[in-house]
Amino acid sequence: MSEGTHILPLAKPKEGLSKTGTWRVRKPVINHSKCVKCMMCWLYCPESAIDIVDTSEKFVEINYEYCKGCGVCTRVCPVKAISMVPEG
Amino acid sequence: MHVVIKPLTGNYAVAWAVKLARVRVVSAYPITPQTTIVEKISEFVEKGEMDAKMIRVESEHSALAAVYGAASGGVRAFTATSSHGLMYMSEMLWWVAGARVPLVMAIVTRTMGPPWNIWTDHSDFLSQRDTGWLMMFAEHNQEVLDSIIQLFRITEDPRVFLPGMVALDAFILSHTTEPVNIPDQSLVDSFLPERRQPYVFRAGEPITMGNIPSNLEEQMRMRWDIHESLEAAKKVIAEVDQEWSKLTGRSYGGLIDCYKCSDAKYFIVGAGAWVGDMREATDLLRSEGYKVGLVKIRYVRPFPSEELASVLKNAKGVIVFDRAVSPGSAGPMYLDVATHLAAQSVRVPIKNVLAGLAGVDVTYEDIAGIVKSFVNELESKGTISKYIEWYFG
Repeated sequence: MSEGTHILPLAKPKEGLSKTGTWRVRKPVINHSKCVKCMMCWLYCPESAIDIVDTSEKFVEINYEYCKGCGVCTRVCPVKAISMVPEG
Repeated sequence: MHVVIKPLTGNYAVAWAVKLARVRVVSAYPITPQTTIVEKISEFVEKGEMDAKMIRVESEHSALAAVYGAASGGVRAFTATSSHGLMYMSEMLWWVAGARVPLVMAIVTRTMGPPWNIWTDHSDFLSQRDTGWLMMFAEHNQEVLDSIIQLFRITEDPRVFLPGMVALDAFILSHTTEPVNIPDQSLVDSFLPERRQPYVFRAGEPITMGNIPSNLEEQMRMRWDIHESLEAAKKVIAEVDQEWSKLTGRSYGGLIDCYKCSDAKYFIVGAGAWVGDMREATDLLRSEGYKVGLVKIRYVRPFPSEELASVLKNAKGVIVFDRAVSPGSAGPMYLDVATHLAAQSVRVPIKNVLAGLAGVDVTYEDIAGIVKSFVNELESKGTISKYIEWYFG
């Protein structure tokens, strides 16, 4: 073995292999006109599936490929801008 | 060279070595007979003599997790424990070795309960031999201090990059005062380079350690890599011993140390503080005409396979003393010695003596008597009636 080269249990973060969005039975939908940009949904999302995009149309965006539909964002939103809608 | 000799217990020798190695983070949970190690370190820190952070935790599992985190972040780190504390820590031992993060731990060897017992045997330490750590036994307090400093250098060598443990026997070393030569800070600084490690966790450079592997063979290769690195450590241990000897005049022989081996026909094999008694037993047996030599095993991981074989290849008999047992099999040291001598094609009768467990006192006269019966039986009958034997005194 050459000096200092080892097989290490390391990985760089990347998008997960399994799309956990398929687990969802209800989907959170944001009413962007109500959003006060407090970032509580971004902070509390257990899957880190909410991104800050800060465009003229919307401040936050939900990544539905990974959102499991747990509904935590609807509970923490102080202005009730997020509602759960049954999956079609 | 300015020489400072202080009367130190084994535990204080550990604390001095940790201070001299410029360790930056220490965490531990108190347990007899380890506690005075971290008490002394805490005193150094509070007096401003050591620039380190002491982290108080609620358990040994957290103690090793805390120093592992610190070491992953790029600093030299240390912890110490004993007996039941080591068992509680055990899961984290696998994580630290698997993560390839160098750090050093002192184990004050103590009997496992039940029943509760604070005296020395080697059951706690040797039960952790499959984790992937470097593991070594010290015989006396000077060797404790020197070995801790050396182990920082060995574990941080890029050929190794694994954690390491030093074992010192409860009370016989930990609480017994001996004169110890304390090297200059400048000497230790010249001996220990800046900390090296395979990777460092830094803010802004996200990496994850230990995620579920997508390729199982890759994980098997990680385990193989740990094994290969321990094999590579044999050379590093020998180099470090020689360099330390040049700087301080003290050499311990690297992986093993031989006493009166050159013309010996029968060999005692042991590890830990009672090797001192085995030296006296060897002298006593020699004075009575027995051609006995002593092999002290310093490193149990990596195990000194080739080194033992080269000393024991022409032996007429070998007697291995174990202060621990794997119930239903034999003493852990015996299992290793027998396996590796067989693997090196050395064919010699090897006897196992299980003694001193639970802190039962074993004197040099006891050891000499056991060896004498072994030699007499082999010489008169040409064989041994019992290969694995318990000695209760």
